[in-house]
Amino acid sequence: MGSRLPPMLKDAGLTAFVAAALGIFVVGFRTVDQGRGLTFDYHLVDLAVAVVTIFFGRLGLSLAADGLRWPAMTLGAVMIAVGASPLQLPSGFLHWFVALGGVLLVIRGAWPWANDAMTAAARAPSGVTLSRAGAKWSGWLLLAGAVAMPFTPFADQKTMDLGVLILTYVMLGWGLNIVVGLAGLLDLGYVAFYAVGAYSYALLSTQHGLGFWVVLPLAGMMAALFGIVLGFPVLRLRGDYLAIVTLGFGEIIRLVILNWFDLTNGPAGIGSIPGPTLFGAVFAETAPAGKQTVSEMLGIPFNGIHRLIFLYYIILLLALITNLFTQRMRRLPVGRAWEALREDETACRALGINPTNTKLTAFAVGAMFAGFAGSFFAAKQRFISPESFVFIESAIILAIVVLGGMGSQIGVVLAAVLLIGLPEWFRDLGNYRMLAFGLAMVLIMVFRPRGLIAHREPSLRLHPVRPAGGG
Amino acid sequence: MNAPQSPPLIDVEHLTMRFGGLLAVDDVSFAARPREITAIIGPNGAGKTTVFNCITGFYKPTVGRLTLRGGDRDYLLERMLGHEVGQRAKVARTFQNIRLFPAMTVLENLMVAQHNKLMRASGWSVFGLLGLGSYRKAEEAGVELARDWLERIELLDDADRPAGELPYGAQRRLEIARAMCTEPRLLCLDEPAAGLNPRESAQLNQLLVSIRDRDGVGMLLIEHDMSVVMNISDHIVVLDYGRKIAEGSPAEVQDDPAVIRAYLGTDDEAIDG
Repeated sequence: MGSRLPPMLKDAGLTAFVAAALGIFVVGFRTVDQGRGLTFDYHLVDLAVAVVTIFFGRLGLSLAADGLRWPAMTLGAVMIAVGASPLQLPSGFLHWFVALGGVLLVIRGAWPWANDAMTAAARAPSGVTLSRAGAKWSGWLLLAGAVAMPFTPFADQKTMDLGVLILTYVMLGWGLNIVVGLAGLLDLGYVAFYAVGAYSYALLSTQHGLGFWVVLPLAGMMAALFGIVLGFPVLRLRGDYLAIVTLGFGEIIRLVILNWFDLTNGPAGIGSIPGPTLFGAVFAETAPAGKQTVSEMLGIPFNGIHRLIFLYYIILLLALITNLFTQRMRRLPVGRAWEALREDETACRALGINPTNTKLTAFAVGAMFAGFAGSFFAAKQRFISPESFVFIESAIILAIVVLGGMGSQIGVVLAAVLLIGLPEWFRDLGNYRMLAFGLAMVLIMVFRPRGLIAHREPSLRLHPVRPAGGG
Repeated sequence: MNAPQSPPLIDVEHLTMRFGGLLAVDDVSFAARPREITAIIGPNGAGKTTVFNCITGFYKPTVGRLTLRGGDRDYLLERMLGHEVGQRAKVARTFQNIRLFPAMTVLENLMVAQHNKLMRASGWSVFGLLGLGSYRKAEEAGVELARDWLERIELLDDADRPAGELPYGAQRRLEIARAMCTEPRLLCLDEPAAGLNPRESAQLNQLLVSIRDRDGVGMLLIEHDMSVVMNISDHIVVLDYGRKIAEGSPAEVQDDPAVIRAYLGTDDEAIDG
């Protein structure tokens, strides 16, 4: 160990030096306007703390890479302790910086054990079969949990709201999964179809008095139509080119909504959108003229949470329809052609498959589900404006699909819970929750580069799977 | 060999393909008969693959006519869109560098090949989504066809493995089976023996002969492996620098001085093997 330490120290010193050289102008000096011209404000202590943290962080990583897990983890623990201590560091950010560095070190130190455990589990006899059966069971368990959720004691306002939000993203993720995961078309403007669905419902309900259940299919068709109109000219592009054009299309839709004042009310948005009804009854304390409230119809006292529970079940149902539809499509020729297109477009053409039509169906179907989700969103929020349909939404949905494991349905659920649920739960962290979001993404990319669930289940089998325990 | 008067399966007339200043194929004409293996040989860069790409709809020829004789009508391949050549005219092909769908299973690869047939049977997905019996029957028939082919290429046990995991020789055979699952009139094989060992190469010969004799499919074959070409071809077309320099039976081509000069050179061993 004695001989291995000097090079590590040298390496850590070099890293700290580079960090100091880069950081001195960014962190070390700040110009302040004092009324009589600019003067420098020195933050050299900040810089020093950061450089020292980087030095020990790098040292810890080298130790862990060298197999010295315990020293690395001890170093990490010390850093967490320093970060969490009441010690007066110059800024709150530095506390987080030091503590997060420590957390990373501990994870890095403990990783080989977790990794060994996972490989051992995978190598265990009939491990493959077990994991397949496990995936199936965990899906049913998740579903049962989701159905029972509103009746559990946790089901307060906040949790139900979060449940609705997560399920919305699960549905959007499943919809985009058709386009990106199955057909392999990188769509960076998916939120545009979400917007089309939302505005379809908002306009048809507020201006023509149509109800949610009538507009829902119309909104889906409208979004699918937009998908076809956009897809027709651009789907002959491949890869990066397609991504750029869809990105542009997403922005165009948003800008049109923003500027077409007569139709969409521009940046002011559309308000007082009616919510979904249950057999014609509305969810409200007092019913508008000629209507009945749900509490009157069922003879139960009014409670604001009933509306949330109802919304929760609607989005759960919509998401499940999306999932079932996708699962079925995968087993049909068109679904197999989507996957084949993702694998090799040239080979598809040689087999007589029309690539444009096949891509167009994937695009339209994906857009249709975004349209459904959009009209649900409008009915839930009761107010929509272009701000809800910015690029970051597309990026988050795409992140859910990619991090979940392209084409994996259950992976999308896990990624949605992780990427939507965690930042909401950690809302108390304030601005740092985006940092946690980024950290979660980086960790998934480092440790599960092919997504959380990378296993692909064949759409049909010739030989039945050997039962678990048979080997 | 068939009687010489039987009408050709495909007529290639004055095929010319120009890429900017490069004349890749220069006024090539030949015909391939049904139930025959027609080999296209020539040194590297002679334009063989370009001819294939024109026939299979990947390139639009600069000049020339490509007539495929179907059962009841003729198809002018140079006027069809890329995928229509496979869909309507029923010309299937394999690629020099194997192009399977690696993440999909062997069976799925063969099912994708039956796309157009199954698409019709699934009522463009509507019946299939509803789970109607007619589609299920069509799918079962499709699986049966795939199973037959898997038996013929000896991959039945690997049916549920991802195609990308197969050994190289098996991938070559699978690509041929996949092309055959489109139930083609004409099968174009681009160097199917490339990278195979002598045993696999002999297996391939058997497979191609059985496709010709049992399935009655006409084949165009690009190949450098002379043990394949000379053993199983009925007819050989020799290209050099984009032009046809000879045509005839294997024996005729072997003795053609132009071929020996341009292609075989002094190395006679290659043709004897």
